[in-house]
Amino acid sequence: MLKRIYVPCDTTALSMGADKVAKLIERHANARGLEIELVRNGSRGLFWLEPLVEVETDSGRIGFGPVEAHDVDALVDAGLFEGKSDHPLCLGMVEDISYLKLQQRLTFSRIGITDPLSIADYRSHGGFVGLEQAVSLSPQAIVDEVKASGLRGRGGAAFPTGIKWQTVHDEPWQQQKYIVCNADEGDSGTFADRLAMECDPYMLIEGMTIAGLAVGATQGFIYLRSEYPVAHRILNDAISRAEAEGYLGRDVRGSGRAFHLEVRLAAGAYICGEETSLLESLEGKRGLVRAKPPLPAIKGLFGQPTVVNNVLSFAAVPFILAKGGQTYADYGMGKSRGTLPIQLAGNIRRGGLIELAFGVSLREILEDFGGGTFTGRPMKAVQVGGPLMAYMPQNQWDTPMDYEAFAQLGAGIGHGGVVVFDDTVDMGEQARFAMEFCTVESCGKCTPCRIGSVRGLEVIDRIRAGESPEANLVLLEELCETMVDGSLCAMGGMTPFPVQSVMKYFPDDLTA
Amino acid sequence: MIERIVEGLKHKPGALLPILHSVQDHFGYIPESSVPIIAEKLQLSRAEVHGVISFYHHFRSHPVGCRVVHVCRAEACQAMGGRTLEEHVKARLGVDYHGTSSDNEFTLEPVYCLGNCACAPSIRVNDDIHGRVTPQKFDRLVDELTTTALDFVQAKGH
Repeated sequence: MLKRIYVPCDTTALSMGADKVAKLIERHANARGLEIELVRNGSRGLFWLEPLVEVETDSGRIGFGPVEAHDVDALVDAGLFEGKSDHPLCLGMVEDISYLKLQQRLTFSRIGITDPLSIADYRSHGGFVGLEQAVSLSPQAIVDEVKASGLRGRGGAAFPTGIKWQTVHDEPWQQQKYIVCNADEGDSGTFADRLAMECDPYMLIEGMTIAGLAVGATQGFIYLRSEYPVAHRILNDAISRAEAEGYLGRDVRGSGRAFHLEVRLAAGAYICGEETSLLESLEGKRGLVRAKPPLPAIKGLFGQPTVVNNVLSFAAVPFILAKGGQTYADYGMGKSRGTLPIQLAGNIRRGGLIELAFGVSLREILEDFGGGTFTGRPMKAVQVGGPLMAYMPQNQWDTPMDYEAFAQLGAGIGHGGVVVFDDTVDMGEQARFAMEFCTVESCGKCTPCRIGSVRGLEVIDRIRAGESPEANLVLLEELCETMVDGSLCAMGGMTPFPVQSVMKYFPDDLTA
Repeated sequence: MIERIVEGLKHKPGALLPILHSVQDHFGYIPESSVPIIAEKLQLSRAEVHGVISFYHHFRSHPVGCRVVHVCRAEACQAMGGRTLEEHVKARLGVDYHGTSSDNEFTLEPVYCLGNCACAPSIRVNDDIHGRVTPQKFDRLVDELTTTALDFVQAKGH
């Protein structure tokens, strides 16, 4: 019987040696005259177990991990090909791993299960049902479904997606409109966009195509960061295959409506994750932030009405169309509806993707899922939402993951990244880095950001060197306020947040 | 060659970034001599083309070593010893950021996040990303890469 064996192909699995493991498994199978089908699946997002090798058996898929190249001999001897489960690396049935079992994977329901590039796999796991549904609906009905879901932009700003789509929908239809996917996932600690693109690319293609049908846009661009070479290759391959099967092109699934999609590679500027800077970059210019208004929904790419959404926002749409907006809205709390793909990273024992309804507490994520720090030392600080968000001390970890609850603390959920630090961290150094990062990545258009960050770095260095710390702390506080109030976009406007959080919650680290 | 690249891509809306990527993929950097050609064909000024090249960290105006090593400097990697790794890499290669080692093997660049944050610290060598990189693991990787290159040169020589 043909044995099916899975070795993931996403960036993290590859970074931990998955290609070598896959080659060795094939070599062993050949040497034993065994016929195997080696599937390069996506990752399940259980990253501490990568490379996670799975073997199909009659009762389900058995997992082994983390498998390093030097483990393969012993694994094969212990009966890997027979799916025998007495090797220490055996994890039992993958579906039963509690980290996975406890999640509510609405968006990431297929990752790790399927071959990312197989359209047949995608379809047999519920793919393209949302698009088929959208083709049968009027554009307004599609927008209404997204509104009913309560989906808010997952890139960080949390603006209601349905309202953005409505604005573009309401612009006159006899003109070029665009769908732009922000795949410039630059926040440290985030990788959910990458996972979606590498492990389930048709989901993004489907979500963007539905958006095109909803607002009358015939051209889409995925603005992808150049730091993601694997995602780049997979997306381009997936787009060609989707075109060949009629899911993209002049006549999307017999709807008579066109939607074309192209990946555009960014060039390593963090600021281009800001939507107006992204549009400038797509137009072939320096990524300078634009003043708003006009909103991109009215004057966006090349001055035309444009939907700009994050990968995860588009990725949530196929589910919403397939199962109904209300089904999605049934998850969550308050005004945060649906699920949040949380990315657990940094100094953590079990890092990975955790998709759960809004409302789970940060502590449950850190302790129940994460299992404490990687180093085994006590946790000291957690940064949720990327480099522009506050560092949260222990007494805030019972906060539920909800946009409003985090905002009340002066913190934010952002794109859902959670970076953990143990007690060896020097929070003064982290505050310094926040300013340093802004000096490197500011687009330079507005003064508070361009000059403020340089002065901020200098002031922090003086404080840390013990030069009139009290006077300089006052100066730093004032500088932070100027940047928050006076900057054109979130880069300068939020860079002070981590700095202020260190001043407030970890003051000794700054002056020591 | 540059003409051919520009001709092949200039019809695209917002063609400048795709053109610059293509030139850099081909030459390893963007030669100064390509700027007037690109400018003329896109009907831009040289200053505009230069302005775009200099804005983006990814684009380079100088040749690089055989391999480009990107070390992640962002928070998730910092939490896992990224700063120590950074110092080690600089010392081992004998260069600072944006520099090329004296044997022309490696060019060192900083990067802010490779999206591999659950297996930090991470580095990228050309298009390969490596996770959980310790100073020892980095040394092994450098040894492997330079040995492979030497083997290749010797095999060609004989």
